[in-house]
Amino acid sequence: MTEALQWARYHWQRLIRGATRDDDSGPYNYSSLLACGRKSSQTPKLSGRHRIVVPHIQPFKDEYEKFSGAYVNNRIRTTKYTLLNFVPRNLFEQFHRAANLYFLFLVVLNWVPLVEAFQKEITMLPLVVVLTIIAIKDGLEDYRKYKIDKQINNLITKVYSRKEKKYIDRCWKDVTVGDFIRLSCNEVIPADMVLLFSTDPDGICHIETSGLDGESNLKQRQVVRGYAEQDSEVDPEKFSSRIECESPNNDLSRFRGFLEHSNKERVGLSKENLLLRGCTIRNTEAVVGIVVYAGHETKAMLNNSGPRYKRSKLERRANTDVLWCVMLLVIMCLTGAVGHGIWLSRYEKMHFFNVPEPDGHIISPLLAGFYMFWTMIILLQLGQIYFIQSDVDFYNEKTDSIVQCRALNIAEDLGQIQYLFSDKTGTLTENKMVFRRCSVAGFDYCHEENARRLESYQEAVSEDEDFIDTVSGSLSNMAKPRAPSCRTVHNGPLGNKPSNHLAGSSFTLGSGEGASEVPHSRQAAFSSPIETDVVPDTRLLDKFSQITPRLFMPLDETIQNPPLETLYIIDFFIALAICNTVVVSAPNQPRQKIRHPSLGGLPIKSLEEIKSLFQRWSVRRSSSPSLNSGKEPSSGVPNAFVSRLPLFSRMKPASPVEEEVSQVCESPQCSSSSACCTETEKQHGDAGLLNGKAESLPGQPLACNLCYEAESPDEAALVYAARAYQCTLRSRTPEQVMVDFAALGPLTFQLLHILPFDSVRKRMSVVVRHPLSNQVVVYTKGADSVIMELLSVASPDGASLEKQQMIVREKTQKHLDDYAKQGLRTLCIAKKVMSDTEYAEWLRNHFLAETSIDNREELLLESAMRLENKLTLLGATGIEDRLQEGVPESIEALHKAGIKIWMLTGDKQETAVNIAYACKLLEPDDKLFILNTQSKDACGMLMSTILKELQKKTQVLPEQVSLSEDLLQPPVPQDSGLRAGLIITGKTLEFALQESLQKQFLELTSWCQAVVCCRATPLQKSEVVKLVRSHLQVMTLAIGDGANDVSMIQVADIGIGVSGQEGMQAVMASDFAVSQFKHLSKLLLVHGHWCYTRLSNMILYFFYKNVAYVNLLFWYQFFCGFSGTSMTDYWVLIFFNLLFTSAPPVIYGVLEKDVSAETLMQLPELYKSGQKSETWIHLLVIIGSILSYFLFAIVFGAMCVTCNPPSNPYWIMQEHMLDPVFYLVCILTTSIALLPRFVYRVLQGSLFPSPILRAKHFDRLTPEERTKALKKWRGAGKMNQVTSKYANQSAGKSGRRPMPGPSAVFAMKSATSCAIEQGNLSLCETALDQGYSETKAFEMAGPSKGKES
Amino acid sequence: MAMNYNAKDEVDGGPPCAPGGTAKTRRPDNTAFKQQRLPAWQPILTAGTVLPIFFIIGLIFIPIGIGIFVTSNNIREIEGNVFMYYGLSNFYQNHRRYVKSRDDSQLNGDSSALLNPSKECEPYRRNEDKPIAPCGAIANSMFNDTLELFLIGNDSYPIPIALKKKGIAWWTDKNVKFRNPPGGDNLEERFKGTTKPVNWLKPVYMLDSDPDNNGFINEDFIVWMRTAALPTFRKLYRLIERKSDLHPTLPAGRYSLNVTYNYPVHYFDGRKRMILSTISWMGGKNPFLGIAYIAVGSISFLLGVVLLVINHKYRNSSNTADITI
Repeated sequence: MTEALQWARYHWQRLIRGATRDDDSGPYNYSSLLACGRKSSQTPKLSGRHRIVVPHIQPFKDEYEKFSGAYVNNRIRTTKYTLLNFVPRNLFEQFHRAANLYFLFLVVLNWVPLVEAFQKEITMLPLVVVLTIIAIKDGLEDYRKYKIDKQINNLITKVYSRKEKKYIDRCWKDVTVGDFIRLSCNEVIPADMVLLFSTDPDGICHIETSGLDGESNLKQRQVVRGYAEQDSEVDPEKFSSRIECESPNNDLSRFRGFLEHSNKERVGLSKENLLLRGCTIRNTEAVVGIVVYAGHETKAMLNNSGPRYKRSKLERRANTDVLWCVMLLVIMCLTGAVGHGIWLSRYEKMHFFNVPEPDGHIISPLLAGFYMFWTMIILLQLGQIYFIQSDVDFYNEKTDSIVQCRALNIAEDLGQIQYLFSDKTGTLTENKMVFRRCSVAGFDYCHEENARRLESYQEAVSEDEDFIDTVSGSLSNMAKPRAPSCRTVHNGPLGNKPSNHLAGSSFTLGSGEGASEVPHSRQAAFSSPIETDVVPDTRLLDKFSQITPRLFMPLDETIQNPPLETLYIIDFFIALAICNTVVVSAPNQPRQKIRHPSLGGLPIKSLEEIKSLFQRWSVRRSSSPSLNSGKEPSSGVPNAFVSRLPLFSRMKPASPVEEEVSQVCESPQCSSSSACCTETEKQHGDAGLLNGKAESLPGQPLACNLCYEAESPDEAALVYAARAYQCTLRSRTPEQVMVDFAALGPLTFQLLHILPFDSVRKRMSVVVRHPLSNQVVVYTKGADSVIMELLSVASPDGASLEKQQMIVREKTQKHLDDYAKQGLRTLCIAKKVMSDTEYAEWLRNHFLAETSIDNREELLLESAMRLENKLTLLGATGIEDRLQEGVPESIEALHKAGIKIWMLTGDKQETAVNIAYACKLLEPDDKLFILNTQSKDACGMLMSTILKELQKKTQVLPEQVSLSEDLLQPPVPQDSGLRAGLIITGKTLEFALQESLQKQFLELTSWCQAVVCCRATPLQKSEVVKLVRSHLQVMTLAIGDGANDVSMIQVADIGIGVSGQEGMQAVMASDFAVSQFKHLSKLLLVHGHWCYTRLSNMILYFFYKNVAYVNLLFWYQFFCGFSGTSMTDYWVLIFFNLLFTSAPPVIYGVLEKDVSAETLMQLPELYKSGQKSETWIHLLVIIGSILSYFLFAIVFGAMCVTCNPPSNPYWIMQEHMLDPVFYLVCILTTSIALLPRFVYRVLQGSLFPSPILRAKHFDRLTPEERTKALKKWRGAGKMNQVTSKYANQSAGKSGRRPMPGPSAVFAMKSATSCAIEQGNLSLCETALDQGYSETKAFEMAGPSKGKES
Repeated sequence: MAMNYNAKDEVDGGPPCAPGGTAKTRRPDNTAFKQQRLPAWQPILTAGTVLPIFFIIGLIFIPIGIGIFVTSNNIREIEGNVFMYYGLSNFYQNHRRYVKSRDDSQLNGDSSALLNPSKECEPYRRNEDKPIAPCGAIANSMFNDTLELFLIGNDSYPIPIALKKKGIAWWTDKNVKFRNPPGGDNLEERFKGTTKPVNWLKPVYMLDSDPDNNGFINEDFIVWMRTAALPTFRKLYRLIERKSDLHPTLPAGRYSLNVTYNYPVHYFDGRKRMILSTISWMGGKNPFLGIAYIAVGSISFLLGVVLLVINHKYRNSSNTADITI
């Protein structure tokens, strides 16, 4: 019922907001989108989906009024109320509560004279008090928002003034669409604007988006094409173009539009050109942009939908309980009414005590009974369960300090979780990518030393990231390349709290001071030493030593000369170093990115100049229209020209770098950096891995100082790995990438194009011109499954080469499978050589795709497909995604607590399964079922066979197995000792989620302890959660860290965000934010348990006292002719709930702690299942409450001589208290009332103690006794399990148990053997076939394909 | 009952410090309150721990009960001041509309309320266009029988017992809450412009001849106006003071009660009673409280014994049960 109300309310609000949109101060939200679309469609030239931005300057005044006048300005308002509408609106919101409405009805009823039980005004009091308190709370919250808004609105920025013809200071709120804004370094962007100028010679601007998504790495933004070439700053007066772009939307990763010059020439705009509100300008001296979206239409604001309101299960149940109470009340009142009618009919004549109506006649008993009914309702209202609801609101759980609690009202749900859905990467694992192994040209390099290094880190890192300095002492053989400002500062969970304060203040509820905090800016992402230090593999280094510049001397003549493997290795590492979007920066200065060495003062200056000039003309990174004219030279003339470049690159070597070294050494950090470098060198020398030649490499000394900032951690890991092999990424500009290659010296690659990574293609590519071969080379890096499909299959020339490739491919595939089994993330590296004509052809098509506004995505995808094919496999990498600390323990504990854990991951099956084993989600002796089918029917079949087998095992009675019953009460497999795990792949999941198979799927999963869904898309993740939540009606919890988990987090009853490295989206969407998965166990087991017992006990407390009170009123009716008299003064009635009995339940709800935290942690079983503990606060509050009653009664009784008819309390209490019988009765009634329950609890406690009770005993033992007792407890538990398992197995004719195996492979095999022995040969083979089908398929397919080709 | 103060030591205390420079400010105070480590009293209710409670309750309650019972029974001998009550049954003086039907301001001597009584008094607010004083149903239904007590001596000549009218109402009621309207000496003049309640025989200023006990401060009236909580009630009517220590207040003998019948109760199935009682420190005769105390004490004692048996029987198993299974 209430949900429907909320829905209605939401839509009503939308309407209201839409209507008041024109009002400047009116609230503005999503609905504005619609409204805006409507508005702009009134102007004839525009379709509703586009907006036109005209510069806000003199020549365009009329046009500006026409188009941009309607757009909102940059003022933001996130408050809900204004001064004027606060009272009506707040009341409106509050009366959405069923209970409040009900009580309002009662108040109104009391105004009917016939049934008036008390003075009219008095009845209103409780309601007024509650409404006022809540209103004050809402008001304060809103005021805080208002203050933050104001602060943000009044920030200063430089805006071009058309009057003064220069940039002047103006408040953010005065910025309008079409304004030119000039920002300096480290300034925050006030509105979404298109970048028109950057002081950067390449037309690049770096922005930090941590304010928006929490990612601390820098992002590049590009000046609009055509403006980058201008040397001088763009002059707003001369700006005559107009911008047409999409209507405001909340898609951060998309911006489409074009810029139309006065001569009708159009230039495409993409998100690369858009500076987003809330981001910070970095590394760029100054930028100028034109505002396209302002205020609430900015993407940042549109992404701020505000925290979602989740209602806790208990609260919902309390609501239904309120309804029950009303029912009970109605029954009571009916009894009263009927009783009154009967009582009245006993008397035929009027009598003294039956007061007739004012007009003299006596109402009939029936009517009187009816009136009485309503009177009773009013009467009992005062003793009603009035404050439960409001107290649930006021109830403010003190959460654990390590946890960021973003949704106070669902804290107690933490104690009821039955299903847990977890993301893998970043949640279970650290998302700290560590380069582990690689395979190049079919040879596996297992990097044993590196593995050893990682192990030594295992303990060190788990301590604390920040204390690495002390740890490094023990790792003396390691270089310590972390420069001071390079270190990663891992924010605590709270560290990112204010991250969005500029984007909008809806989230800053918990941090009033948030707006004043400055986001951390000096951190490089993904650069903890564990990731940056890679110890090279000896074998691979040996092979590196074969690389000499001589290899490439005869490069032009023949390609066959150098051994193929060496070429592979070179290409492989070059790909690692350049096939990414890593930003290189030096740590000592504020993110001053390293430019390619300045070219001035070199002997070959002129040539270089020509070269760079040529580069600019022929191959701009982004294919510009001017390329059409430059196409010809790129295919012809420069070929000959550039072919000489290799020579240059070898000739020019030291000077530029040396120059830079000297520059660096002038800086204060010189000493430290050089010290650091010598250490590195020493290490290299000690290791004896490098000969003198390597050491003398000119670029070397600086390498250790470079910081890489990557968009994803694996990218950085690969770059660091490449660096370990002296293939150092030195600098990156939009036009070129410079790499220091071990023996070859610095190589400068012209960067022709980058096809960024996206989740559809699952790969990224760079197109470069190779400086040595001068060919256009495409380096592609991506998921193995994708890359393998794109490899060239048919090649006309040389069979030997072809064969070699085939072998490489097979071997690599084998290595890949191997890596996956170890739980490594695998990536394939491939390359392709293109002819210039091919490239030009592709470029032309690509340009077309790039400039189209509509369905650009598809066109770009097609274009990418055209480029990324016929690849040559170079090798593969294995990156370890390290398990987070404490994950296995946490999962074990949660399992024991009876929580079912599902792992939903986008990773491949092998990786997922291995992580599942590693984190003890699956036990080695678990029975594993794998669902991996290609069709729906097969999926259904397989599920039913598995089900049948499971049922046979557990010997469930046939009637219990029926689907419907099963869904309601899933069987509990742990009782039967059978543990099962289910693996399901994304594709099969799609089938399973379909309507017809849902039930079967759920039934199957209910048998399984753990479910692993691999290759699942974000949408599937949320669908799975939704399915489980709605069909099984259980409490679900979803935990994840990345943007791909957001939907899942929002769907689940409780969403937990892990504030990790993947940004803040998950945290923003979550109800609770933790920093590590292991905190989840404390959150659930301790705080969840406490919250739940507290709140449920508190609600019971409320019901108890109210039921006691209402019953007192009710029973009194039997003694007063059911006339609706209350037995005491109504002020006492009112204050009973308001004053005398309000504090104890609340204190109880906040402080109750039935079992200590340690015991709860040690005995997760307790989660499945309360008692009292009393601190002095409890005692104080209870005594205070009692005293408050007496004080009130005495003072009231003394002061009030004639007031308060009919039950004038004058001196009554005093008379009472003079009478000893009063005290005797008090003592007696209390004893009688409590004795039965007390006895019951005592008997229960001594005869059938609950686990909670037994756990309490532990709390009072000495530590030694405790550990002993705990051991005993656990031992007994295990014994129980084992015996039950044993009993069940013998019953189920399962001959013997599979031996628990240490590794995953063994476990799977044991699952087979187990199944075979149990006679279900066919089924288990199917399941296993599915599991191994992939590998087998590859093994089989590989050679056969080779034959075909 | 077992109790312990399990203040937790610091070891289990705070959560791991959030790394980074911001840790100092964000780390919550490691106070017992914030970290939820307040010393707490956690009762564990098992037979062994609560046994003493039951015995203590039993041992305290039974003597109290006996004491009360004995006291209550001792009241039988009418020796001290004797209280004379009238009792009514099935009279719902607690009916909601009846209870409301009065005007305390009028009774407090407010002259404006005297002439313009509260609406709550309806329909006993005005009679023949004159305000009723005292208004309302309660006053209207005032008990107006007269009870007289006579001792019939051997010579069968009835000796009237002196019944004291004053001192039966609460002091605060008589002196603070109820007041006659202001004005001259003549009470009748003060009540000028009002009329008597419809059921009354005489107006309020003629309730008694004693000016200290007339009008609104008539104690019979005050006692009646303090409405009873239950339909069967008794109200103090008169006091019989003890004349000397030598003679009992009401010596043994035959007594006769003379009732001037004004107050009809039959038509609502009512009953009238007259009760004579002395009072002790705990009021009038009331055996119930004593019996209740004795009963509760006995039950508690009995339960204690039962628990003792249980504890003894389950001691071995419960000790181990507490720890293992």
